[in-house]
Amino acid sequence: MSDRNGAIIRVEHLTAGYEKVVVLNDLTFKVYRGEIFFILGGSGSGKSTLMKNMIGLYRPATGAVLIDERDIAAAEGDDRLETLRLFGVMYQNGALFGSMTLLENIRLPLEEWTDLPSEAMEVIARMKLQLVGLTGFEYHMPSELSGGMQKRAALARAMALDPQLLFLDEPTSGLDPVLSADLDRLILRLSKTLGITFVVVSHALSSIYSIADRVIMLDTDTKTIIAEGRPQELRGHSNEVVRNFLNPQSADQTG
Amino acid sequence: MYFYKSMGVRAGAGETAHPTRTILHSYRRNRVKHLFDSDNAEPNLVRYPVCDFICVCNQTMISRVQKKDSSQVSIHAEETQPGVLLLKVSGRLDATTTGGVWRDAMLAIGRISPGHVVVESSGIRYCDISGIGLFMEIGRRQQRRNGTYEINGLQEEFRQLLDLFDPEKLETKPPQAKANLVEQFGTVSYGAWQEVKGLITFLGQLSVSLVSAAKHPRSVRWKDGFQAAEKHGADALPIVALVSFLVGLIMAFQSAIPMRQFGAQIYVANLVALSMLRELGPLMTALILAGRTGSSIAAELGTMKVREEIDALVTMGLEPVRFLVVTRVLAGFFMTPLLAVFADLTGIVGGAVVMLSLGFSLETYYYQVIGAVTYGDFLGGLAKSFVFGLIVAGIGCARGLQTGVGAAAVGESTTKAVVTGIILIIVADGIFAVVYYYLGI
Repeated sequence: MSDRNGAIIRVEHLTAGYEKVVVLNDLTFKVYRGEIFFILGGSGSGKSTLMKNMIGLYRPATGAVLIDERDIAAAEGDDRLETLRLFGVMYQNGALFGSMTLLENIRLPLEEWTDLPSEAMEVIARMKLQLVGLTGFEYHMPSELSGGMQKRAALARAMALDPQLLFLDEPTSGLDPVLSADLDRLILRLSKTLGITFVVVSHALSSIYSIADRVIMLDTDTKTIIAEGRPQELRGHSNEVVRNFLNPQSADQTG
Repeated sequence: MYFYKSMGVRAGAGETAHPTRTILHSYRRNRVKHLFDSDNAEPNLVRYPVCDFICVCNQTMISRVQKKDSSQVSIHAEETQPGVLLLKVSGRLDATTTGGVWRDAMLAIGRISPGHVVVESSGIRYCDISGIGLFMEIGRRQQRRNGTYEINGLQEEFRQLLDLFDPEKLETKPPQAKANLVEQFGTVSYGAWQEVKGLITFLGQLSVSLVSAAKHPRSVRWKDGFQAAEKHGADALPIVALVSFLVGLIMAFQSAIPMRQFGAQIYVANLVALSMLRELGPLMTALILAGRTGSSIAAELGTMKVREEIDALVTMGLEPVRFLVVTRVLAGFFMTPLLAVFADLTGIVGGAVVMLSLGFSLETYYYQVIGAVTYGDFLGGLAKSFVFGLIVAGIGCARGLQTGVGAAAVGESTTKAVVTGIILIIVADGIFAVVYYYLGI
């Protein structure tokens, strides 16, 4: 497979920011089909801004984000809808609709975007909840759930249409270690069986080492990518910031 | 050989064909792509045995979904032996393509009621969770009617996906929503009592905080108070002035017509001045503020509650009532009477416009107004405004702090703030009317 065909997302010379503050400076990288791709970086390094640019919520100042060769920021009308349908997003705080039950939250994209019969939507929505371990909570309102449960429900909603690309913003924060390992396993299984591509913003080292295929690391000072590659390989990176991030214990000892 | 190239034919509901003909549905771009006569199909195509029923396809694809969907899926259903249904599914099963296949499969099962269903799935190239859902549903339907089913030829990776799910767990019932009448009555009564209790508690907390603020004026965050006064008072001036002006104008105009019959048009001035000062000035101001300020306070504090900002104050040892409510209530208490004075004035100006148009001079109107009203009328109206201001700001704060969880709760408390505010203002106004009557004001 050629390099061009293998990439599901191409970020090209992306510069983004707010008013006069540059948050991301000339970023270029690719995410390949089927891989689990992590975006790392310290607080304030622009991870969330990068993700919001990638999913088309923000417009880059310069450069472009191409998802499946389509420029998400430039697309309009039906083209934009087509592009948006290619991926699902799980937001950090869940962003479930508070006035709907969990089942209705997951049914919503199915109702709007597919011609499935009602009972099929019901079954599929329930399966998605089962997948994230929320059987029995179908008729609960989001406000009746804990933060971790809301997060899992949000993942189920992001997967409602079985997209080929999933963006996860801090998926395991707020989950206990057992649940977060479960979630990691689920991500891995979906990636293997369905070939779903994952773009994950996360700090959880356990997830990074257990499931990440490739990572990029953003730097707070230079606003650029300071490291890119497999997490295990980056442990011995020449840049101290990268080493400290990926080997927190040694940083404790030296620092 | 019959080969129907029917790109133009929509797969509409109730499509019929000869009973001995097998229809291979190919869903692509909302069209039936090919219709093959099974007896005469091209040699390189698979020939299906004669089927004794017709698949009815009622595809109502949403065009925006299908527009760029290059996937293709087909289903072929036949009763191979009595009571045995063979479903041959091939192609790509995903959220956008499964719908049509699902309908056909369920229709076939419903129609034949087979004891055994064989799903031949070796032709499936891709199957995501929506596609797996189809197998789950077939399984569930068969289990429900004590039938059996088997899925043959499913690729290993998709079978792994299938194994993730437990069909029995897909059947949860919605919680019993219906409560009996007694239970409903009890719940409503308890809720109402809790609300009253909450308001009384709040009133107590507010009183304590206000007394404490009077004792220690330096402890009040005056900067917040002035900001609130500007936002909830000064910024409301244009709307209060406009509404009062129009009320004065309309009242004068409406009363001028009957008054003319008695030759008493000059008394329109008395009517406008007295009703504005005693009643309508303060009341209109309070009602506008209940809609404008009360709702805004409730929404602001409600959002703070939802975002756990109130909890943060509590854990910092800062009493929310003292910290957030006192300044807003004081702002409401002092700004409402000021606005009421403006409302009085603009209402009387509204009356003046009508009187001028009726041919009276401004001077006549002025002296008629001065002669009609006393300081008692003016101060009586003003006294009410202080109480109305307390009600608007206090209820806004109370409702805001009572906000539950979630975005909808903020809307709910905002509505409650406006409704409760208006009701209490009217009730208070009624009490004032009775008290003033007995006091002879």
